Amino acid sequence: MGGFMTRFAFGIVASVVCATAGLAAEVEPSDVQFDEYGAVDVSLSGAPGDAENGKLLMNKGSGNCIACHEITELEELGFHGEIGPMLDGVADRWTQADLRGIVANAKVMFDGTMMPSFYKTTGFIRPGDAYTGRAAEGDLDPLLTAQEVEDVVAYLMTLKES
Amino acid sequence: MKYLSTTACVLAVLATGAWADPDDDELVINGDIEIVTQTAAPAHLEGVMDTIYSGWRFRSDETQSVQADDFDNPGMLGVEVGIDLWNAVEGTEGESCASCHGSPEEMAGVSATYPKWNEEAGEVRTLTMQVNDCRENRMGAEPYAYDKGDAVNMTALLTSVSRGMPMDVAIDGPAQSTWEAGKELYYTRFGQLELSCANCHEDNYGSMIRADHLSQGQINGFPTYRLKNTKLNGVQSRFKGCIRDTRAATFNPGSPELIALELYVASRGNGLSVEGPSVRN
Ligand code: HEC
Ligand code: HEC
Repeated sequence: MGGFMTRFAFGIVASVVCATAGLAAEVEPSDVQFDEYGAVDVSLSGAPGDAENGKLLMNKGSGNCIACHEITELEELGFHGEIGPMLDGVADRWTQADLRGIVANAKVMFDGTMMPSFYKTTGFIRPGDAYTGRAAEGDLDPLLTAQEVEDVVAYLMTLKES
Repeated sequence: MKYLSTTACVLAVLATGAWADPDDDELVINGDIEIVTQTAAPAHLEGVMDTIYSGWRFRSDETQSVQADDFDNPGMLGVEVGIDLWNAVEGTEGESCASCHGSPEEMAGVSATYPKWNEEAGEVRTLTMQVNDCRENRMGAEPYAYDKGDAVNMTALLTSVSRGMPMDVAIDGPAQSTWEAGKELYYTRFGQLELSCANCHEDNYGSMIRADHLSQGQINGFPTYRLKNTKLNGVQSRFKGCIRDTRAATFNPGSPELIALELYVASRGNGLSVEGPSVRN
């Protein structure tokens, strides 16, 4: 627990420092700094996340988190998957930095996990052009943009049970 | 009323979260052909899984019942087209399938052993490849387009006469290197979502992925009539669809990769009954 709290506090300090220094630069997918546990301390977009948009991404587009995860609050959407853990209370279990790391590239924290890496653009086998089945041309976009990762993390931070 | 009570039942299952497994239903087609939908896994899956299940066991009661009677099974329309194709003289040699092989029932058991090593050709052949070889080299006719209309209708005929017989593809001897190549593909995490066949069909069968109840991805039921696209679907087209869904560049039906994958996936179902043409959603 101590470890979680320390890293959480560091996350806040880091973003405050960035904000005051006016360094709202976006972190490229290849430049994301994961700590030894797989957490990411600084905002990828340099800006705070929008939890409302994050909530939409849980269901839509390249997020589609509920394909694999159940979230009671989004029950009315129907058909939640059961592949990953239920996300109720996830903010009690993880810090903001942990959640950012998990969403950006869960494989750093959970070795070999089935969860896709949402902020990663290289290292794929036969990457396709979205769902067309054709080969991708040129560089891939990450599944979620830097700001969308922040939005999803902001939404996850609202999932508290305690 | 019947519809209402089914809905209520489904909701109750969801609420208790007890979705996790294949159901306990048994399949007897036309009140006559007993289908093995659950059996001990073949030896090569030791340490991976103990029991194998047909995809039929993961479908809703409504979908399951459509397959239980040939009059209800729309896939049987493809079988009827297949019978016409079987009897049709085509090509330069004045032959039909029937002129060499007699009635389609003579083919009982054949589809259960495919894909299969062909000694003269020195290659592993799928049933479709064998049909096309007969067409080109014995009939002097054009090969069917892989996994397209008539190719699938013909395989539907050939599986229908094998229904109830156990899948029994050979994986040793000269087929082994192809089998190994297929196994490698089965465990490769393709595409931007980095998902392998095993991620979904070995590690998570029985679970819901969004609205889909994941099966073991067995192919004893192919070709399958899918309610979703209202047609008969060939095995390799299904593989292609699953790979596309990982945001990957797919392989095409008839490619060496999908032939190898078909041999490997077929072998994971050794012991389940041939069921094609089956019905799925
Ligand atoms: C294809 C399946 C899949 C998708 C899609 C997916 N996840 Fe996951 N997720 C998992 C699995 C599996 C785990 C468990 C980690 C492991 O492998 O041990 C996990 C773990 C997590 C955890 C840690 C939960 C805990 O309580 O420990 C969070 C948070 C999470 N995912 C959030 C998300 C978000 C947000 C999205 C969408 C942007 C998402 N996931 C999309 C499969 C998925
Ligand atoms: C992201 C998840 C996912 C991946 C990865 C995946 N599939 Fe599937 N597959 C599904 C879903 C969902 C279905 C429909 C429900 C079912 O039958 O399991 C399906 C159905 C199938 C079926 C039809 C089963 C039947 O009874 O008709 C086969 C065969 C199959 N998959 C094989 C494969 C193979 C081979 C691979 C790898 C090349 C693969 N799948 C990869 C999700 C996946």
